Amino acid sequence: MRVSFTVNGRRQEADDVWEGESLLYVLRERLGLPGSKNACEQGECGSCTVRLDGVPVCSCLVAAGQAEGREIVTVEGLADFARQRSEHTGCATGACNSVGGDGISLDEAQRWAAKGQDSQTGEGAELSPVQQAFIDAGAVQCGFCTPGLLIAADEMLERNPNPTDADIREALSGNLCRCTGYEKIMDAVRLAAARQSEAV
Amino acid sequence: MGTTGTPTNITQGSGTRGGIGESTLRPDGTLKVTGEFAYSSDMWHEDMLWGQILRSTVAHAEIVSIDTAEALATPGVYAVMTYDDLPTEVRHYGLEIQDTPVLAHGKVRHHGEPVAIVAADHPETARRAAAKIKVEYRELPVITDEASATAPGAVLVHEGRTDHHIGHVPHPNIVHRQPIVRGDAGQAALGADFVVRGEYTFGMQDQAFLGPESGLAVPAEDGGVELYIATQWLHSDLRQIAPVLGLPEDKVRMTLSGVGGAFGGREDLSMQIHACLLALRTGKPVKIVYNRFESFFGHVHRHPAKLTYEHGATKDGRLTHVKARIVLDGGAYASASPAVVGNASSLGIGPYVVDDVDIEAIALYTNNPPCGAMRGFGAVQACFAYEAQMDKLADAVGMDRVAFRQLNAMEQGSLLPTGQRVDSPAPVAELLRRVKAMPLPPERQWLSAGEDADVRQLPGGLSNTTHGEGVVRGIGYAVGIKNVGFSEGFDDYSTARVRMEVVGGVPVATVHTAMAEVGQGGVTVHAQIARTELGVAQVTIQPADTRVGSAGSTSASRQTYVTGGAVKNSCELVREKVLEIGRRKLGTYHPAWATAELLLEGGKVVTDGGEVLADLVDVLEDEAVEVEAEWRHRPTEPFDLRTGQGDGHVQYSFAAHRAVVEVDTELGLVKVIELACAQDVGKALNPLSVVGQIQGGTTQGLGVAVMEEIIVDPKTAKVRNPSFTDYLIPTILDTPTIPVDVLELADDHAPYGLRGIGEAPTLSSTPAVLAAIRNATGLQLDRTPVRPEHLTGTA
Repeated sequence: MRVSFTVNGRRQEADDVWEGESLLYVLRERLGLPGSKNACEQGECGSCTVRLDGVPVCSCLVAAGQAEGREIVTVEGLADFARQRSEHTGCATGACNSVGGDGISLDEAQRWAAKGQDSQTGEGAELSPVQQAFIDAGAVQCGFCTPGLLIAADEMLERNPNPTDADIREALSGNLCRCTGYEKIMDAVRLAAARQSEAV
Repeated sequence: MGTTGTPTNITQGSGTRGGIGESTLRPDGTLKVTGEFAYSSDMWHEDMLWGQILRSTVAHAEIVSIDTAEALATPGVYAVMTYDDLPTEVRHYGLEIQDTPVLAHGKVRHHGEPVAIVAADHPETARRAAAKIKVEYRELPVITDEASATAPGAVLVHEGRTDHHIGHVPHPNIVHRQPIVRGDAGQAALGADFVVRGEYTFGMQDQAFLGPESGLAVPAEDGGVELYIATQWLHSDLRQIAPVLGLPEDKVRMTLSGVGGAFGGREDLSMQIHACLLALRTGKPVKIVYNRFESFFGHVHRHPAKLTYEHGATKDGRLTHVKARIVLDGGAYASASPAVVGNASSLGIGPYVVDDVDIEAIALYTNNPPCGAMRGFGAVQACFAYEAQMDKLADAVGMDRVAFRQLNAMEQGSLLPTGQRVDSPAPVAELLRRVKAMPLPPERQWLSAGEDADVRQLPGGLSNTTHGEGVVRGIGYAVGIKNVGFSEGFDDYSTARVRMEVVGGVPVATVHTAMAEVGQGGVTVHAQIARTELGVAQVTIQPADTRVGSAGSTSASRQTYVTGGAVKNSCELVREKVLEIGRRKLGTYHPAWATAELLLEGGKVVTDGGEVLADLVDVLEDEAVEVEAEWRHRPTEPFDLRTGQGDGHVQYSFAAHRAVVEVDTELGLVKVIELACAQDVGKALNPLSVVGQIQGGTTQGLGVAVMEEIIVDPKTAKVRNPSFTDYLIPTILDTPTIPVDVLELADDHAPYGLRGIGEAPTLSSTPAVLAAIRNATGLQLDRTPVRPEHLTGTA
């Protein structure tokens, strides 16, 4: 079957998709977007987390056909997504001035489009606040959990600009990490939140 | 209580930014946060096929027949291979003992053993085709424990063993046996005022790295193969792969792809040979990616163990003797079992001084899943048992548990039960003091946010099972000792190629090693070392591959020590050559070229007095200086096979933990509130990464304390929980705050005085949590992990 949807602001089509293929498989193997990871393919680890019409989901549990006509944001588009959100709201995490806000609207998500960038080496890449905070805080070791955690953490900060530690733990409890013991991930999310509140 | 050793002083490079001792950021960080970092499962090639492995559905059986006809006839299938299709007479592999068939031959020895492989144009086609292969098994009785392994008439897991351990083991179903005998434990026991005994059980833990086993094999025009792979040691893989393919090693060209964690689980081969075989058979690139279910069958696990201990002490709290017997279940194939036995036995009494010791450790061959390397490697299981014993004995003597440990703690100059003298700082008592001195988390912390209980801070968490009723706090302590580097006489070297040249008007260093970066941050540290030693700002880290000499394994806490040491050594050789060039070209301009000690700082040649002699750009001009050299740490020697005596270890790593837990005693639910750690790291080359390693290791120890265990059915030897739904690893909600106190006492034998750090925190974390749960509940708890039924008496 043919599946078409919008990924990181760009309309994409995939042909000859077998009905059993997951959104994760189509992203990784057909659209050349392997940033979303395949650690368990059972919906337990969160490494494949993407936003589907704004909602964080495990893309391994979404049949590719279910994504037809919908909007998807993956880690590859996160920096542009955050920048666009910042331009719309004046706030890169989306959370500023909107305590307990409603997240990004479907309308906004649909108007959003990614810009191309050269990321062969990663040098000069423009990063979202959460991405930068993960690097700065030492929250990345092997990095396999990182894309899913970034999507989940970014979405939480969009809803909740001043999370307590318990809020962070609850929001990220669907994302397994085996390397860090989570302490540096906590630091990274706190750092992203703090930088955001300073910037307001 | 005093500490010995002094902080490391560095002259060369101390003025260079981004050198050792700084928390520089990962060079691969940006790629990893943007999704651009290419892990082995992300590899893609035009015209690529997908490989699939058919695995045995039973644990122990003769293979009566294999029928691949229907699988081969499936549209989209390019190849199906079994044992009979292997290209050469070399059809087995293994880290130390080549006992593992590439594909099962006549017999399967464990659940999930590879039997056949398929290549097809879609992964689902490959899976369905593999399912069409008909394998007829005639089941054999299963060997599952020591009793069944050594029973009269027991089936031999491996017939006709010829490995070098068979001569000294008491039974062919025992892989290796290592006694450690020092003094006279029987005589010394007579002088004990208190004796405690215990029998402990350690469950089978999985490394559960998140990046599944995967790789891409691309056939080359010269008949060779290029393999893009996630592994811990490229050259060890190469040594095992090439003979099976019938290729010389230079025709198997391996490049390290992104590795999604390892923790010991990638020391053995997984899909490497299978992907290469299919690629060479079909002439097309072949990618294999395990899913999580297959990953649980695709790598070795931590040895489950039964440990029997007797400890004695005098009235004033001095240890008199230790007797121990450690039985490790190695499963169906040897993997790293012999070395795990060496560690468990030689470190079997922990970081304590005991003159009279009688230890025996063995590893079994059974039909359970193969077990081998995992972070902590034999020392973990022993630490769980000896620390439980130390608590019991302290209680018997009537001493404080920490004070009792401190009284018996080893220190620099102490002897191990192997007779080896500890010739670098061993601040065991100090680490315990530090971890005990940390402030405790507040009581009833679940009320800290307000009047209502925050269930997220309570046992049971969001299941909302208690608001504090029935919740009891407990505190526990533990300390451990881990060896660093490969022991027992292994030639544990590494190789580094370092190049220095002027690029774009600035001096640039390029570091090329075969070190497997598995997440630990070796690439960060190599750049720091190069900056420190060569005084440059810009360092390029080349991808790891087999075009440079072996770096040894990323395991045994050894890479910063050994490959870090190799990078340092090669940089020093490069520096000498650069200075020679400088003397040759510019020596006549300033007498200091001949008379002063010269350093490279900030892109310049300077005297140790700080006088600038030349710019590196002017020294090098268009010359490039390159050195590839091997580097070795001090040699070790094997343990005597009867007494276990010998200088078998390179270095030791010590960590201590204090665990604070809250237990819902009615439901048997445990919440670990805090896991404080103090560790001596010798020298923190990158403090941010050091703390990250300690916290990560601590959390893996927490996992095996309260949740992680591969359950193997004792009747069938089949794995019952191969998924993240049923094998639970700690989530961010299960993991407490982990305050870390880093001590830096230099080991004068090691580069920069550093100490390998990755494993020690995994040792003491588990027994500290268990001690805290015992403290909260008053229960004996002789096994780990602890499950609710063990706490509620419903087991």
